[in-house]
Amino acid sequence: MQIWDCTAVELSEQIKQGKLKVAEVLEAVYRRIEQTKDLNCFITLDKEGAFQRAAKVQEQIDKGELTGPLAGVPFAAKDNICTKGMRTTCASRILEHFVPAYDAEVIRRLEEAGGVLIGKTNMDEFAMGSTSETSYFGAVKNPIRPEYVPGGSSGGSAAAVAAGACMYTLGSDTGGSIRQPASHCGVVGLKPTYGRVSRYGLVAHACALDQIGPITRNVTDCAAVLSAICGYDEKDSTSMARPEEDFMGALIRDVKGMRIGIPSNYLDGIINGEVKAAVWFVARQLELAGAVVEQFDLKYTEYAVPAYYTIASAEASSNLERYDGIKYGWRCEDYKDLQSLYRRTRSEGFGAEVKRRIMLGTFVLSAGYYEDYYLQALKVRALIKQAFDEAFEKYDLILAPVSPKTAPKLGESLGHPLKLYPDDVYTVSANLAGIPAISIPCGEDSKGLPIGVQLMADCFQEKKLLQAAYTYEQERMGYE
Amino acid sequence: MTNTVACNKSMIDEYTVEHVGVLAQLELTAAQKRQAREDMAGMVAYVEKLRELNTEGIEPLAHLFPVGNVFREDEVMVFDGRKEMLEGAPQCRDNLYVVPRTIDEA
Repeated sequence: MQIWDCTAVELSEQIKQGKLKVAEVLEAVYRRIEQTKDLNCFITLDKEGAFQRAAKVQEQIDKGELTGPLAGVPFAAKDNICTKGMRTTCASRILEHFVPAYDAEVIRRLEEAGGVLIGKTNMDEFAMGSTSETSYFGAVKNPIRPEYVPGGSSGGSAAAVAAGACMYTLGSDTGGSIRQPASHCGVVGLKPTYGRVSRYGLVAHACALDQIGPITRNVTDCAAVLSAICGYDEKDSTSMARPEEDFMGALIRDVKGMRIGIPSNYLDGIINGEVKAAVWFVARQLELAGAVVEQFDLKYTEYAVPAYYTIASAEASSNLERYDGIKYGWRCEDYKDLQSLYRRTRSEGFGAEVKRRIMLGTFVLSAGYYEDYYLQALKVRALIKQAFDEAFEKYDLILAPVSPKTAPKLGESLGHPLKLYPDDVYTVSANLAGIPAISIPCGEDSKGLPIGVQLMADCFQEKKLLQAAYTYEQERMGYE
Repeated sequence: MTNTVACNKSMIDEYTVEHVGVLAQLELTAAQKRQAREDMAGMVAYVEKLRELNTEGIEPLAHLFPVGNVFREDEVMVFDGRKEMLEGAPQCRDNLYVVPRTIDEA
């Protein structure tokens, strides 16, 4: 077994027991990154910084100062998470050379837990996309079948974990951008409850929907990373103060009596037959393990994606106004006055999908359309939240697909971006309602492409998610 | 093109694309404006579905949890990131950002 086949928690155990050195693990990881470089998972790698950090972490482990489950383990972060001294590009020309003066809170917490940051992963530009093809630095490829996309927008993060190029990564999820690439790459991805994980240092896409979360090999690693990154942060005004929670303690193989609902309307219509069969298979496994599984009607499903794109693009249009070529980032070379500097910098610095969403977002916020579109979307959001509140009065968890189909081929979606939007139907609702959701691998289709299935829970019920996900994972390993 | 998209294309006319471009601080070529008009019409047709719902009496959900404004004491703290921040500036001089003239001469 190679070092890169190990999970994060397994590796940390070996390091703490003295069987491996942190530097050894880093060497193996960078070798693996070199072997898989054609996948284009990374935008920036910092070997020198990582080895310097590894030496400090090793010293702390040797002294017994770092004893947690992630001590000594290399990790990478999506390139919209600020890292002090290491460029943070959001996969955009407009931030190609931007180097933050501070670390995001999640980076600080993972380093405090003994993590070693190795680099920044590739993504859709400004997290707008679901295939990781809109990056200014080139598309990411799916490690399982490289002629296919890894999903997006955290495609580089998911592909790196699936390829063994990193033990775990951080992604961000505004409408499914952790869960969907995790599903397409056959790894685990979790979007926490809104407010669980600090957004300080996360480049904003849609502030009301964004959350940072882990992408990992298995559920145990997911629980370990979530434990390290979550918690109140006074630097994020939307951070929620919650009592300390032991997510590792949720890793119990038991779903007896858990009530699990499957929205019946999710399994009609556009869903691929193999994905549907996978969901039913997982449902059956959980039922055999003692859960009570049934279908139910989840209201307002057909309004979730339109509401999401209205709200997300409106917020994005506002958040991206700051990129103006004045204080940081790229500035156009040819301008005659301040206005032309702004317009040319932005027009030349942003890619097509980003501009598309800025235009839509600006339109729905503009005078004469604000009430009909943006305010209406916020009211529909309230209805969607109510529908989930009603569902969770009856069920502990909701089981659902992640995506109606497995990964498309590279290039297939680029000419028709609007055709991709409806495929977000199963993921956007969790962001609109602020609830936690996890994607776990559950098989492959006839082309060998991974299929993931999604579990959703009520706000702050990540422990239920992890317990059920862990149970399914153990059951699946049992029959494999 | 569906009737809905055709209808939306007339709502998303050239003036609308021009106006939105100005608000968004984007400079589009003629070809890009034509494409933007198609894209916006398609997207607006898609989100038009929201208007099917009667949301009278429903409060817009802007924030999930009942939290108010978050305040802290206004303490003076030393900020030591000036050098790093200016290193990233497109153009700077004497610790100031250089920008085009914004005030006309009298």
